[in-house]
Amino acid sequence: MRRIFPWFRKAALSVAALTTIIAPAAAQDHVGQYSQADINFGMRVYGETCVACHGPNGDGVDGVNFRTGRFRSASSDLGLMGIIRAGIPDTAMPPGDYTTPELTGLVAYLRNIGDFDASDVTIGNAERGQTVYEGKGTCAQCHRIGVQGSRVAPNLTSIGAIRTAGSLAESLTNPTASMLPVNRNVRAVNQEGTLFTGRRLNEDTYTVQLIDQAERLVSLVKADLREFTVLTTSAMPSYEETLSEQERADVLAYLLSLKGTN
Amino acid sequence: MAKRATLSAILTILLSVSSSAQVTFERLVNAEDEPQNWLTYSGTYSSNRHTSLDQISSDNVDELDLQWVFQAQSLQVFQTTPIVVDGIMYITEAPNTVLALDAKLGRVFWRYEYTPDQESRPCCGRVNRGVAILGNTLFMGTIDAKLIAIDAISGQPIWQTSVARPDAGYALTLAPLIVKDKVIVSVAGGEYGIRGFISAYDVATGEEIWRFYTIPGPGEPGHETWQGDDWKYGGASAWLTGSYDPDSNLIYWGIGNPGPDWNPEQRPGDNLYSNSVVALDADTGELEWYFQFTPNDPYDYDSVQIPVLVDYPAQDGSNLKLMLFGNRNGFFYVIDRTTGRFINGQEFIDLNWADGLDDIGRPIMTPQPPGATTYPGVQGGTNWYSPSYSPSTRLFYLSAWEGYGSVFEAQEAEYEEGRLFLGGRPGPPIPGGVIPGLARGPINNWTEAAGSGAVIAIDPATGEQQWKYEMTDVTTSGILTTTTDLLFTGNREGYFHALDARDGSLLWRKTLGGMIANGPISYAVDGRQYIAVAAGNGLFVYALRE
Repeated sequence: MRRIFPWFRKAALSVAALTTIIAPAAAQDHVGQYSQADINFGMRVYGETCVACHGPNGDGVDGVNFRTGRFRSASSDLGLMGIIRAGIPDTAMPPGDYTTPELTGLVAYLRNIGDFDASDVTIGNAERGQTVYEGKGTCAQCHRIGVQGSRVAPNLTSIGAIRTAGSLAESLTNPTASMLPVNRNVRAVNQEGTLFTGRRLNEDTYTVQLIDQAERLVSLVKADLREFTVLTTSAMPSYEETLSEQERADVLAYLLSLKGTN
Repeated sequence: MAKRATLSAILTILLSVSSSAQVTFERLVNAEDEPQNWLTYSGTYSSNRHTSLDQISSDNVDELDLQWVFQAQSLQVFQTTPIVVDGIMYITEAPNTVLALDAKLGRVFWRYEYTPDQESRPCCGRVNRGVAILGNTLFMGTIDAKLIAIDAISGQPIWQTSVARPDAGYALTLAPLIVKDKVIVSVAGGEYGIRGFISAYDVATGEEIWRFYTIPGPGEPGHETWQGDDWKYGGASAWLTGSYDPDSNLIYWGIGNPGPDWNPEQRPGDNLYSNSVVALDADTGELEWYFQFTPNDPYDYDSVQIPVLVDYPAQDGSNLKLMLFGNRNGFFYVIDRTTGRFINGQEFIDLNWADGLDDIGRPIMTPQPPGATTYPGVQGGTNWYSPSYSPSTRLFYLSAWEGYGSVFEAQEAEYEEGRLFLGGRPGPPIPGGVIPGLARGPINNWTEAAGSGAVIAIDPATGEQQWKYEMTDVTTSGILTTTTDLLFTGNREGYFHALDARDGSLLWRKTLGGMIANGPISYAVDGRQYIAVAAGNGLFVYALRE
């Protein structure tokens, strides 16, 4: 069993940061370029100025997910600094008056956010985890990986690229605590008494869109409903009792190995 | 009143749940039997962009009401055609984002955004023209020359395959075409000295099944129409979706210009299969026949326009299997689609680059002296905007540019991978004038002498123009016809209008405020007919007021 202590691991990768950062870098190839001090400092700045919009996981803005390692508007560190400083016109991304150390830290943190996890979790064996996922855990009854499994619950094909080990570990034992709001289940009854239940995909003042238990896309007009409830508890069961600690660690390893198609 | 409420509630149930029925190949073949859906880029395999939905007619077209609008996040003008499957609309926005919408309400179920490689370099806009569907899988080409399979229910990518190298100038901007268990695409990049091709991929895995090079290699028939190494970077891209005849199992695909674009002396010969339409076996990609419209093209008259397949009633009661082709070079062609034999060809605009066509359809070319204006100009007499054929009126309709010319100037070009390979330039006919571009703003600041737009109705039996609807600015809109003899189209001026397909009279118009650079479609949900058209960055959906 491998235990990951991300803070120590990052510290071991320490290098002289600033001169490297300012030089244009190949996208997604930044391992070891940033000092742990810069990363830590950047995390603090991120928590003060960025987290309100981008969220703790870096995926709070629609269409933007820092954990993928891809940035739409910039590929080099210098470009990233420019975006952070100048903002993006006609979007909600504002300009910011950052010092050079703050910019350096933010870029260092963004470049490492995918591997960065403040929690200390146990990661087991991915192969064994797949067996548990497909067998005892019955995860595929609701989740889908690639073209296998159900679409009722969130797709896990690239879950290892977009969620932290800590949040995934928590979802196995306390699913509700780590459930993203958009994934909440909806219960709706129309005037004729027909019941609709499913995972919410989208909602506005007048309508709601969901995927139901039969994997159908459903669009409802609220005015046509006599009951409409957004459930705040996850439909996913806790595996705290039904899977051993070892099995959960193995499932976690499997989930972290899922990085998407191709 | 109570009874009406109950019926309304039942309809709500029926209408608000998408059936998620799989789109089989048989459904695609018989798409005309389910006009409530728009299953392919061109509506049906014959590409006639004609609907048999009949709620909207000349009697009530002025009762059309806006139902919903979808605004893209991209600022690129829509060139896409949405598809509609059982109440769900799938639309792409530039460069490579797919959305699933409730076709009745316009609300979004999911959004999949693909970030293209920064090495991508499409010549003429970071555009996408739509997706194809088979089963519950969507297929999208990308401007970095990838083909991506996407789950139609969840929006999750399933597989991705590299079709060609974007850093060499290849891109995919077309909507793919499904035939049986294959997804067929072809490449853009004719301005980069690529060697064009059409290729088919396994729908389940993305594995390439066949590839047809639009420029024959050494030893292949047609290679003799190139000299030296010209064939290696001779262009002949194919950036629009072809058509398919299930009876013959042939796909028909328009092929683009040779490269360098404007220096024909640098690539002597006919330059096959540039500026041709090719008929390929859908299973193998083998060439059945070809017909070349513009040999050794000096004008960038690439012939990627949509081949419209028509079974035309003959006088003896039989059906003639025809292909109707409104070409960028300004000629309208009627071709026997079984053999590729030229049947008839007529100018649909005034032109001077050729003095008609000979008995086999080859143009009698009349090159203009240096500095003189050639008609049509570089954007052609028509272009990517889809035409329509109405089995009701038996007329072929296309958007045309009239009085539009360019002064072509050839220059020697040296090929360098990934760099533009143009061989000269087209200039405006008036000193200081402009070539109509896609980026024009709301003020029409060019002279009348630069050209104007029109919808032209042509009788395939004679090739003669039946009527013409003229517009001030040129048009980039596709055309939709209905079984009730309506014709929907738009223009660069931001108007969306309905004409009488029989005589071209204007019946209805709305100002949508954005350039229309795609084709309108029609579909139905819960028995109600809708008309959808994209203008600027918005998709506008109309239905009769209730």
